Amino acid sequence: MFTKLKSLLYNNEVRAVLFQILAVVVIAYFAYQAFDNMMLNIEQRGIRSGFGFLNDEAGFAVNDNFFLDYSPASTNLQAFYVGIVNTLIVAITGIFFASVLGLIVGISRLSGNYLIRKMATVYIETFRNIPILLQILFWYSIALSAFPSPKNSINFFDSIFLNSRGLYLPKPIMESGFFFVLASLVVGIVAYIFIKKRSNKKHDETGVVTNTTVYFLGLVLLLPSVVYFASGVYLEYPVLKGFNFRGGVDLSIEFFSLAFALSIYTATYIAEAIRSGIESVDSGQKEAASAMGLTQTQSLRLVVLPQALRVAIPPIINQYLNLTKNSSLAAAVGYTELVTIFSGTVLNVVGQAIEIIILTMLVYLTISLVISLILNIFNKKMQIKGK
Amino acid sequence: MAIYPLKETKQPPKSQTKAVLWLKDNLFSSISNAALTFIALYVIYLLLPPILNWIIFDANFDLTADNQSCGRDGMCWAFINANLKMFIYGFYPQEELWRVNTMFGLIAALIVFGSLIKKSQYRVHYIIGSFLIYPVVAFVLLYGGLGLEIVETDKWGGLTLTVVVATIGIVASFPLGILLALGRQSEMRVVKFISVIYIEFVRGVPLITILFMASVVLPLFFSAGMDFDKLLRAVIGITLFQTAYIAEVIRGGLQAIPKGQYEAADAAGLSFVQKTMLVILPQALKISIPNIVGSFIALFKDTTLLLIIGLFDMLAIVGAASSNSNWLGRETEGYVFVAMIIWVILYSMSRYSKRLEVRFSTEHK
Repeated sequence: MFTKLKSLLYNNEVRAVLFQILAVVVIAYFAYQAFDNMMLNIEQRGIRSGFGFLNDEAGFAVNDNFFLDYSPASTNLQAFYVGIVNTLIVAITGIFFASVLGLIVGISRLSGNYLIRKMATVYIETFRNIPILLQILFWYSIALSAFPSPKNSINFFDSIFLNSRGLYLPKPIMESGFFFVLASLVVGIVAYIFIKKRSNKKHDETGVVTNTTVYFLGLVLLLPSVVYFASGVYLEYPVLKGFNFRGGVDLSIEFFSLAFALSIYTATYIAEAIRSGIESVDSGQKEAASAMGLTQTQSLRLVVLPQALRVAIPPIINQYLNLTKNSSLAAAVGYTELVTIFSGTVLNVVGQAIEIIILTMLVYLTISLVISLILNIFNKKMQIKGK
Repeated sequence: MAIYPLKETKQPPKSQTKAVLWLKDNLFSSISNAALTFIALYVIYLLLPPILNWIIFDANFDLTADNQSCGRDGMCWAFINANLKMFIYGFYPQEELWRVNTMFGLIAALIVFGSLIKKSQYRVHYIIGSFLIYPVVAFVLLYGGLGLEIVETDKWGGLTLTVVVATIGIVASFPLGILLALGRQSEMRVVKFISVIYIEFVRGVPLITILFMASVVLPLFFSAGMDFDKLLRAVIGITLFQTAYIAEVIRGGLQAIPKGQYEAADAAGLSFVQKTMLVILPQALKISIPNIVGSFIALFKDTTLLLIIGLFDMLAIVGAASSNSNWLGRETEGYVFVAMIIWVILYSMSRYSKRLEVRFSTEHK
């Protein structure tokens, strides 16, 4: 009997089950203890629980608000939405500029030109070895002290103004005509995709290359612009009134320095990803391409880049995710994105730390899940086929 | 027999000598290349002089100057000099500074001694021993006790705080990370599920939300009597965060081990613990070392976030020092100085990790 029990205890499968039960029990015990204490603490401190606070009046103004309806009389839930939108806006801005800069620097790292190569290296080594928070604070303090006061703004064609409060751009007023502009843009893009597909098919079947650039210019750029001018949508220009500008789109200096720092910092990583992607392409590929009579540009566009991107894009998408997460450091300069508004101001007013921080985390988790989903789809699509 | 005297070697033509050839190959190989060179030169001309002027040529190196006489045209080094102790030690009491210095000196001594006995058979014992004993010694030195005066953690700051938090973070997250990585590779579904959820959750949210969680929510989980030190809360948050990243690094190492190693260990009749400790982990950890250093670099960068939850790391000292009425408006000096120090530390670490990468990759070929 005893030996049977002993041999049962030494059975690997039985052990595994026992171990897992033990693990669950231990974790459940600690979770229960924590929850119990939490409830007790909350009761003692008189903190409310639940998500009822979302419908309370927020009572604070928000600096940067791009297109949502928001006033201090709005609810906390609306403030939450403003935070999410502002996070996405700064992330998308940062991703755009970081990609452009990263691509340029990454290619420069492999340039035949000594000076360009070295400059790219110095840029990368400098900016990736300084913490991003320090860079944000640095650019913020520089922008505050170096940019002129609103009265002496740097003026571009009387329509764009830059001063120590922010960047002011003309704003298209969305009246009824705006719908037609948007519709024509969609129609243009769809028509262009159709034409592009047909030309690709023709290329596959006959080998004849048709140039579609003209269609692109005409359908995607020209058509919406013509509709835009015809529909009577107008731009509202920022005007200096009193101490500051009114009207137009107002990008605060906090937004400006945050987006700038994020772009500069993340671009170093994107550049490295692009460089290692290009370096990963076997030199035989380039030689084979030129042996087949492809020109330098063709070989880059048709042979090298498609293979380089397969290696480079996953780390680049990871960097996009990092940039989005790093945008939460806005709390240090006070750009009103999710963490500043919600885990900052709302938390201070309401005091319900658990609910608020969990909601904040859920937003970021959703963003990461979406991004890793995109990454997985990409990886599946890009897998080397035929093996 | 005719004798042919050795002819004098001719110099290569001017266009083929070293410097000119180098210029031609690297800077002016084609028209577009030459254009790039000029653009690059112009960019350097735009950027470099103002930076150099500010840091060196227009800077005021008079270390006794005050805020007024220092001027605003260039960097004010007197500000750095006046606040240097604060940048390094935070608000640690003056007469106790030797304790911090001893702690740093001990680290250096341990590393030097460790590299001296590289060949010794007791090296592993030495390393494990120092990992176990040193933290206790360092804690007593910094915090006090055993006859030393107690220095509360809110006095800690500056570079000291950064080093302390980063070191505790890496040392504490290492064993936890190994456990999580093994859990993620495990065949036990429940364990694997828990590990995956933890790792993906932590990696999906920004560190700042975890720090908020640790500083605001964590105290709620414990019974009311327990008073949590602010620094301890931050360290717990950082460790929980770092654990997930270390786990992923080690998982990479585990996945690189050929299946034959597992099978051979099983065939040799090793138990799970023996297999893991004697066969799998030694190899997996060795492969992971460069990435572990990389993750330590990231952790070092991340410690600047302590500023947001109100701890005085080096970055926060800049704010504290330049809001002092004697030195108003010297943020830029502070940021530049801190950036220089952190840059030197991070750059040397990343060089080191590159060297490790080379060393370990050649050994496997």
